[in-house]
Amino acid sequence: MSYDAEVIETDADTAEAIDIDRSKGDFTFPENHKFDAGVGLNKGTIDYICDVKKDADWIREFRHRALEVFESKPMPTNWATHDLDNIDFDKIRYYLSDGQAPKRSWDDVPPEVLETFERLGVPQSERAFLAGVEAQYDSEAAYSNMKEGLEKEGVIFVNSKEGLNEHEEIFRPWFGKVIPTGDNKFSALNSAVFSGGSFIYVPKGVKLKQPLQAYFRINSENFGQFERTLIIVDEDAELTYMEGCTAPKFETATLHSAVVEIVALKNAKVQYITVQNWSSNVFNLVTKRGMAHEGAEIRWIDCNIGSRLTMKYPGVVMKGEGARGEVISIALANDGQHQDTGAKMIHAANNTTSNVVSKSISVGEGRSTYRGQVHIPKHLKGCKNNTECDALLINSKSRTDTYPAITVRGNDHVTQHEASVSQVSEEMLFYMQQRGIGEAEAMSLAVNGFINDLVREFPMEYSVELKRLIELEMEGSVG
Amino acid sequence: MSLLIENLHANVDGTEILKGLSLEIPKGEVHAIMGPNGSGKSTLSKVLAGHDDYEVTAGSATMDGENLFDLEVDERSRAGLFLAFQYPAEVPGVSNANFLRAARQARLPKGEEIDAVKFYHEMYEKMDVLEMDRKFTARAVNEGFSGGEKKRNEILQMMMLAPKYCLLDETDSGLDIDALKVVAKGVNAMRSPDRGFLVITHYQRLLDYIEPDYVHVMSDGKIVKSGDKSLALELEENGYDFLKEEVAA
Repeated sequence: MSYDAEVIETDADTAEAIDIDRSKGDFTFPENHKFDAGVGLNKGTIDYICDVKKDADWIREFRHRALEVFESKPMPTNWATHDLDNIDFDKIRYYLSDGQAPKRSWDDVPPEVLETFERLGVPQSERAFLAGVEAQYDSEAAYSNMKEGLEKEGVIFVNSKEGLNEHEEIFRPWFGKVIPTGDNKFSALNSAVFSGGSFIYVPKGVKLKQPLQAYFRINSENFGQFERTLIIVDEDAELTYMEGCTAPKFETATLHSAVVEIVALKNAKVQYITVQNWSSNVFNLVTKRGMAHEGAEIRWIDCNIGSRLTMKYPGVVMKGEGARGEVISIALANDGQHQDTGAKMIHAANNTTSNVVSKSISVGEGRSTYRGQVHIPKHLKGCKNNTECDALLINSKSRTDTYPAITVRGNDHVTQHEASVSQVSEEMLFYMQQRGIGEAEAMSLAVNGFINDLVREFPMEYSVELKRLIELEMEGSVG
Repeated sequence: MSLLIENLHANVDGTEILKGLSLEIPKGEVHAIMGPNGSGKSTLSKVLAGHDDYEVTAGSATMDGENLFDLEVDERSRAGLFLAFQYPAEVPGVSNANFLRAARQARLPKGEEIDAVKFYHEMYEKMDVLEMDRKFTARAVNEGFSGGEKKRNEILQMMMLAPKYCLLDETDSGLDIDALKVVAKGVNAMRSPDRGFLVITHYQRLLDYIEPDYVHVMSDGKIVKSGDKSLALELEENGYDFLKEEVAA
């Protein structure tokens, strides 16, 4: 690590500004919902949501079709964990909101919502280093704002409702195109009941210097959050987008099922960063995919620390010549958690390049699974893929599995695959403790060391937060 | 004020390795322990540091009156005990600077932060004594280090943590003569009336550069002979055969 980074780490203001941890997220306010679709999911639920949102007819049809697809698809327990069977779709509430439009100023946000996001450090981060923020509370955004000037340049940063209603000509052509409704059972569910999320358009040649950020907060029990995000970055434009998420720890299971689609047009660059820290009662079942046109680059930087079960395999379809796709992922599975993550790299043009680096840490009885898919068809030339997945086990009861599926046809391609499993050895711990470092701290140093090269890929503010989150996890993991 | 070991017995996997060892290292003195392979020299250092594999069955060890066996491994370190390892562990991905900082931070009261600028100045000063390249701070702890680099690193850590009692376990093994001189320079720079040293070695060579006040010979889990530094030279000349003779007699 460089000298600069060392000094930055001690910057208390920075650390404070992005101070988000599990214990901080574990609080809730009384519900104050004007609109509640009630428990269970049927055609009536869809109509209720459409009525509240004043959806156009084509969206209503889109949702109803999606519900049929959702109902017709079996749970994917033929390959995925049977824990999915514990989701009771009849007990979940699919839409909750106070009926307010998102506010442009934090001053106008209802006090309990403002307090929530202040405790999570969102307005502070906005002031410090963000170009714009959207803060979603249950089903709808409570706050949404961009720095002055970006609007003039033609940047659009709104929620899904505003995106589809007010900018239909921009978003409708791409909506549901990267991830079709029927991609999987949960993308169908999202397509039926989606609400909130970010719709972003960055015009040709506009390069955002600071990231846009969305923060997703679940406040209510028995609730499902289904945000929908569509990001279109036009030719030669650049965007970094970050998302964070927390929920209080309820007794009952909570469901979060998002769909995120990215379209990177010719020579565009998009970086999508996630720090997922849901509480350990949340099923986090998310579909994320990007389409990279000629010379474009899409990077998913994905960090999963929380949730009960996460299933997420960010993908890039490299559709144009010379496109690049990358997934960098870190997963930490503690007791009672299963992080089932990975990447999909679909090469669909010549001279496309993909890179997957995945590191997982299993603590106690935590379980991590890597699933990777790389597809390079026979008729293409000059494609490259590099896949590395490393797993670190902290205790003897921890578990890790790797399921790489690399399909390469044709001779003119280069692929590499490396995988490793390692453990924090007793000798390493003894060595660190002999220097006066306590057991939990030693463990957290070892874990941070394991992911160090990936953490550098995160913006500084997030890498500090990540290190802190890992320290907190490790504190609880040693007796 | 001393590191006082009395009638120490310790097992590993049910086999007794230390069989009633007694030794006192007062502050300000350098004691060397020599002895043939398998005599229990390295076991002694691991037992004092608190390694899990070793079970203390009898006897005591106190540091300035404080019972070592009441303390966890990291507590012993913070109380002032340092072990320079014969085979230091690698800590992948953790830079030497961050590692040392964590060790120093662990010694501060809660809420107090290390002054990063002062810390680097101090580290660079000590690295200069040990003729270490500045780039070293960014490298992961012991990862891909040569034998000599690992040993220098042990001494750097020792200098940075300023312990009261230093145990050096076969610090000379795997060192060429130049590296040995550098390492000895570091140790000698730390000699002080406030600090005691126990230097464990198989060869007399190290003691040419780190001159001990006392030399002890260890055999079969006990100290069997003690003397001044001339004993080391005697051993160098005659080897450990005398042990057999004495046992036979």
